[in-house]
Amino acid sequence: MSTTLEVRNLRTHFFTRAGVVKAVDGVSFTVGRGQVLGLVGESGSGKTVTGFSIIGLVDPPGRVVEGEILFHGRNLATASEEELRHLRGNRIAMIFQDPMMTLNPVLRVDTQMIETVLAHEKVSREEARQRSRDALGMVGIPSPDERLKSYPHQFSGGMRQRVAIAIALLHRPELIIADEPTTALDVTIQGQILAEVQKLAATTGTSLIWITHDLSVVAGLADEIAVMYAGRVVEGGEVGAVLDAPFHPYTVGLIGSVPSRNRRGEPLRQIPGMTPSLLKLPAGCAFRSRCPRADEACLAMPDLLELRPGRRARCFHPHLEGAGA
Amino acid sequence: MSATNDTPLLELRGISRRFEKKLDFAGKIARFLGAPLREEVVHAVDDVTIGIRKGEVVGLVGESGCGKSTLGRIAAGIMPPSNGQVLWRGTDVTKLDGPASREARLRAQMIFQDPYASLNPRMRVEDIVGEAPLVHGMTTRAGFSAYVEEQMRRAGLDPAFKRRYPHQFSGGQRQRIGIARALAVKPEFIVCDEAVAALDVSIQAQILNLFMKLRSELDLTYLFISHDLSVVEHLSDRVVIMYLGRVVEQAPAEEIFARANHPYTVSLLNSVPRIEARKRAFTTVKGEIPSPLNPPTGCHFHPRCPHAMPRCSQEVPKLKEVAPGHFSACHLNS
Repeated sequence: MSTTLEVRNLRTHFFTRAGVVKAVDGVSFTVGRGQVLGLVGESGSGKTVTGFSIIGLVDPPGRVVEGEILFHGRNLATASEEELRHLRGNRIAMIFQDPMMTLNPVLRVDTQMIETVLAHEKVSREEARQRSRDALGMVGIPSPDERLKSYPHQFSGGMRQRVAIAIALLHRPELIIADEPTTALDVTIQGQILAEVQKLAATTGTSLIWITHDLSVVAGLADEIAVMYAGRVVEGGEVGAVLDAPFHPYTVGLIGSVPSRNRRGEPLRQIPGMTPSLLKLPAGCAFRSRCPRADEACLAMPDLLELRPGRRARCFHPHLEGAGA
Repeated sequence: MSATNDTPLLELRGISRRFEKKLDFAGKIARFLGAPLREEVVHAVDDVTIGIRKGEVVGLVGESGCGKSTLGRIAAGIMPPSNGQVLWRGTDVTKLDGPASREARLRAQMIFQDPYASLNPRMRVEDIVGEAPLVHGMTTRAGFSAYVEEQMRRAGLDPAFKRRYPHQFSGGQRQRIGIARALAVKPEFIVCDEAVAALDVSIQAQILNLFMKLRSELDLTYLFISHDLSVVEHLSDRVVIMYLGRVVEQAPAEEIFARANHPYTVSLLNSVPRIEARKRAFTTVKGEIPSPLNPPTGCHFHPRCPHAMPRCSQEVPKLKEVAPGHFSACHLNS
């Protein structure tokens, strides 16, 4: 399988007045062609900033300070703004949590979609309209011809997200970065969108980075999973293997706190404490203060090591014996 | 959970709530001149009857626009119903006035979804938590400090933070402030409206555990409103499913997750992603949630239902007992 994207030791820091926020601090992963990577983490874990860094959308005071983002071997971290502009929306697309971040509220959907097509390709207006209509049909919007003439506010939340996905698909990108695209939607609508996305990844060979806090969505959708905590990947590997037998105590705790993994009516297993502030991270393993397995060794930063074939974890005391989370 | 007598703690009987958008002056003139304008009426809650027994946790589930929050507000007594009765141990609380009505409002409290919007940013935590008990004479100026500290400790907050403002807390801690505020007036009944939806998974587990601990310590009764079925399954004794303002199914929690009867409940349960399900094909319900402004005739679910019959578009199905304690509103059962 060929590699679409390889991220190596990515560091994105924000230079604020209060200090340097290391939002992403040494993240590495690869996404193969047609693969779905689930990037999982809680608020402030750096999962969104990782996505923004790949597509070059980090605004000052933030900056990619180190690392390589290899898209088909080309390093995007050092690419010029001009080059990125050619890639964005064309070969790499992004879907945001709030579709109104993609859509312009005062323009009709057709205007926005045709504009997107013409931005990257020399085709006739009519052909661009055709393409837009097909894209809307592909994401399951009924009567796409009429819907093209609507404004974003005339769509429901789920339909708006479909339009945003359709725009992302216009140029048949090789990589789509989706940042919590179904979090704000109802379950039945989420189910519909996930089904569409799954079909697309399977039929077009598009690679996906699916950023979410919801392990259950990743379980059904992703091939690979990368769990982030305080700006670092703490565990990665094939999704089934990681969820069945997590190595890192944080992953163990995260899976354990999912309600369906607990006996009804019994107290949920919980991770004590809360995520540390990225401004004053403790030395060593960032999970140390909440970890039941922490000892003196954890005062140093563990490396992300391949502990089993295809299974990486960043921990001195991994649950190799099988945690049975 | 045992019901000592048959009178529920809280009974909502035939509750309806309509929201009307009246035409403005220009609209009235336009209509007079023949424009096809009408007053828009949303039936947010449409003839709902549920009873909640003392000590019970009832989960209220539904998608956006199904009226679950409106029903929760009516149950908590912060919104009057358009029709129907809210009975507290058999007395209609909407008809009370004076001190009796004030007492009734204290008995039911609410915890809101958004821990950012539901706390006054200009008030210190001690005032957020302590204002109501002080007004209602549950504590005195002299005992204020000790009272607030006890409330904060019970909700898992460090009393040393009582002089702080809400913005100095994280989302999970803010939700604890909301819980402390609700419990400070010694209620018997709590409405939790999506109280953990905005929290991270690991924090959500902490707050859910706190809910369960408080329930056994203080003998509380909960109406737990959520769109998250796994949370509801974990917490509730009984589950009520709503769709577009109506109750479509209600049953004990084990029963509904094992033997869902209504097609909407079935498709809802199928749509929920589960961590146990790997690389699955996501099953889908066709269609969108219709607008509550213009709901389908008959059974509201019929345009999306895989089993719809001609009768479903004409006649509203009634809730029928399909198994002991298990009610479902579907024509397939008759």
